[in-house]
Amino acid sequence: MSKQGLKGWKEIPEGGTVEEPGSSAQFNVQSWRTYRPELDKKKCTKCGMCWLYCPEAAIKILDDGSYEINLTYCKGCGICSKACALKAITMVKEEKS
Amino acid sequence: MSTAFRNIKDVPKEEYLAPGHRLCAGCTAATAIRQILKVAGRDTVVVSATGCVEVATSYFPQSAWKVPWVHVAFENTAAVASGIESAMKALYRKKKTTERVNIIALGGDGGTFDIGLQALSGALERSHDFIYICYDNEAYMNTGVQRSSATPYCAATTTCPPGKMSSGKRTEKKDLVAIAVAHNIPYAATATPSYPFDLMNKVKRALDVEGPALVHVLTPCPTGWRFDTDSGIDIGKLAVLTGLWPLYEVVDGVTKLTVQVPKREPVKKYLEIQGRFKHLKEADVAEVQKRADMLAAKFGLGPVREQVQA
Repeated sequence: MSKQGLKGWKEIPEGGTVEEPGSSAQFNVQSWRTYRPELDKKKCTKCGMCWLYCPEAAIKILDDGSYEINLTYCKGCGICSKACALKAITMVKEEKS
Repeated sequence: MSTAFRNIKDVPKEEYLAPGHRLCAGCTAATAIRQILKVAGRDTVVVSATGCVEVATSYFPQSAWKVPWVHVAFENTAAVASGIESAMKALYRKKKTTERVNIIALGGDGGTFDIGLQALSGALERSHDFIYICYDNEAYMNTGVQRSSATPYCAATTTCPPGKMSSGKRTEKKDLVAIAVAHNIPYAATATPSYPFDLMNKVKRALDVEGPALVHVLTPCPTGWRFDTDSGIDIGKLAVLTGLWPLYEVVDGVTKLTVQVPKREPVKKYLEIQGRFKHLKEADVAEVQKRADMLAAKFGLGPVREQVQA
């Protein structure tokens, strides 16, 4: 968040409460990442263990029951790739394009 | 909601911990909180003591929580949870609401074992209907890995460093579940997010029970335990398979093992992948193995698997 985006004390809610639930979703953690998970949908059997183990809730369930990794929130820890018994998720190093 | 979680289809799809929180990459505490909140659902109040999870999920002006959440100091988590429970009781009595609310108090191992223990003891004794969850990463990770009374034997932290005269922490970890059970509470259990269905079933049972319940969750920490960020779940599994973290529950004073380990792994396997145990000598490993054997004998786990020499 930029410095200009911060509110003064007169504008913040009383008691410093946060009024919007789950507002941390506005924060982008992409820059934390060294390795990027890549999901091979052909190998995926939709067992869901990556989704259950992901600390970030960065794995989405699509309407057809398949899974998709949301890279905005992925910190690249690699837990999903280890949890995947079929090795459908591989960790690829992030490089400057 | 189904009564038991057996496979992935039973797990609710809703997320109550939003992404974008600032916990370290690979933090299994976040996995545990996600799984716990999936069970508890939206009618939940979370009271959170200072600690990794509190600091990282409530980065002002944002919050990762999608349920009502109160931040409290280290020492009064259980006290605030008892207050909320009493306030809800008053609302029921005055017929202002009939909605049932799950009250979850959440503390780290520092906030539970050391600083918050008297408040926890008081709340358990007064028999408030709430559930206390201790996510145990075995040191004060938030402030930079200082030893707590949950740090296991021989582990290195910044305040019990190993050297010529010492091999890390000299004393054993406190038995929190035994302390809780000594208050005659109806439900207490140990869990780890590496066994998600076990964890979720225990939280469900703890929520269903009348009166206080305690769930002690082991959450491996890549930063403080010094391992690769992708290994957290595997290390939690190894802790169970070596017998150092037996998964059991105590219902009305009766202990029952929930995950049996027919053939235990040698503790060396668990110790050698963590940097905090890097300094251990053969004698120390043998000592830790002895402690694991004692735990295994207490809970009726199987014998150690013979090590295959490569």
